[in-house]
Amino acid sequence: MSYPVEQNEKFAAYAHPERLVSTEWLAAAIDAGALNDGKLVVVESDEDVLLYETGHIPGAVKIDWHTDLNDEVTRDYVEGEAFAALAAAKGISRDATVVIYGDKSNWWAAYALWVFSLFGHEDVRLLDGGRDKWIAEGRALTTDIPSPAVADYPVVERNDAPIRAFKEDVLAHLGKPLIDVRSPEEYTGQRTHMPAYPEEGALRGGHIPTAASIPWARAAAEDGTYRSRAELEALYLGEAGLTEGDDVVAYCRIGERSSHTWFALKFLLGFETVRNYDGSWTEWGNAVRVPIAKGAERGSVPAVAVR
Amino acid sequence: MSTQALPTALAEIVDDFQALSEPERLQLLLEFSRGLPDLPERLNDHPELLEQVVECQSPLFLTIETEKNDGGSPAFRLFFKAPPEAPTTRGFAGVLHEGLDGLTAEEILAVPDDMPELLGLTRAITPLRMRGMTAMLGRIKRKVAAAARLYA
Repeated sequence: MSYPVEQNEKFAAYAHPERLVSTEWLAAAIDAGALNDGKLVVVESDEDVLLYETGHIPGAVKIDWHTDLNDEVTRDYVEGEAFAALAAAKGISRDATVVIYGDKSNWWAAYALWVFSLFGHEDVRLLDGGRDKWIAEGRALTTDIPSPAVADYPVVERNDAPIRAFKEDVLAHLGKPLIDVRSPEEYTGQRTHMPAYPEEGALRGGHIPTAASIPWARAAAEDGTYRSRAELEALYLGEAGLTEGDDVVAYCRIGERSSHTWFALKFLLGFETVRNYDGSWTEWGNAVRVPIAKGAERGSVPAVAVR
Repeated sequence: MSTQALPTALAEIVDDFQALSEPERLQLLLEFSRGLPDLPERLNDHPELLEQVVECQSPLFLTIETEKNDGGSPAFRLFFKAPPEAPTTRGFAGVLHEGLDGLTAEEILAVPDDMPELLGLTRAITPLRMRGMTAMLGRIKRKVAAAARLYA
């Protein structure tokens, strides 16, 4: 870790306190000149592609999850070369501490962090509470776009297996813990899209059989920060019934909300094996020969799934 | 589709977008988001008079009003409300406001439904968001069509 880990009571209770920083910590680090030598890089990653331009944390660079992290042709993430080029252009070296924040309780920030993790970037952290908390606290914003010195970033092969699940992996996983982070209406199959996003639908409504329903927002407090370890345990160990050592897959609609849950399970509660199924319901709900369950019950593993 | 089918102001906006590189188009959209006029007091005090366009990814409310016009057909005035933390949605609203405000029902209803595609933003902005703008235009046209029937 290139940058000291923030010490505070809330973070200390988490399995990996080094994965979060508070707004106070970041503001103090920026004031102390931490961004000047490229060892600490702040990245904004939002759902709204113009939000960064309206004002951002001084010195922060923008990464657009849609155009920067996705391959244009394949429904996949960029490969090592494109990622290295992106990181270099943003002034991010391989050993830099990267702090990511964004709008909507860090959905897209968590998603960007997850993509950084596919490339094994070691020290990447989330700003607890994200953009909204920074602004709510009246902290500095600027519209000045930084032009960081181009950094060295090696071409690293993406390593999906440890933290990313594909449809076939999920089929093989049926019977082991699954967390569905969509809204209850999407889970039961009452609707095939998320509330307020009516057109991003799927052919069928429902959930992956046996998945527990824990909407992502329940992991976040009112101010967008993650809930305390005790609260997260009540949610995932209590309500969802996970136990220590479980192999878990989380999914949502396209993998961004479930990145937020993936982060909570992996780094805050310390589950070793947590994968994000980024194909999520837009793939599963439309795929041929995969089973679904409808209604509020989790359902059971259908025999037909075990071909 | 060419811009000839569009009302003059909207055609000019589309031409402006098309003349720019992709990053500049986003910058122009940002300018439209800044240029979206605030709601008049009478509407600000009565949010129930506005309708939400749920297809947008961020809260967007709109309404229309008619205004007598010397030319005969009434002019339609457009009013939008979108929070500053939704600049893309505001930008789309700004484009539609500048392009359509003050036109007649006939002119507004003649705008092709896929006009947002002409802005050249489909690569920079997700399809989902582009559909939000299409939905906004659709809602305006539906409301204008309903209101215009009253004058027919």
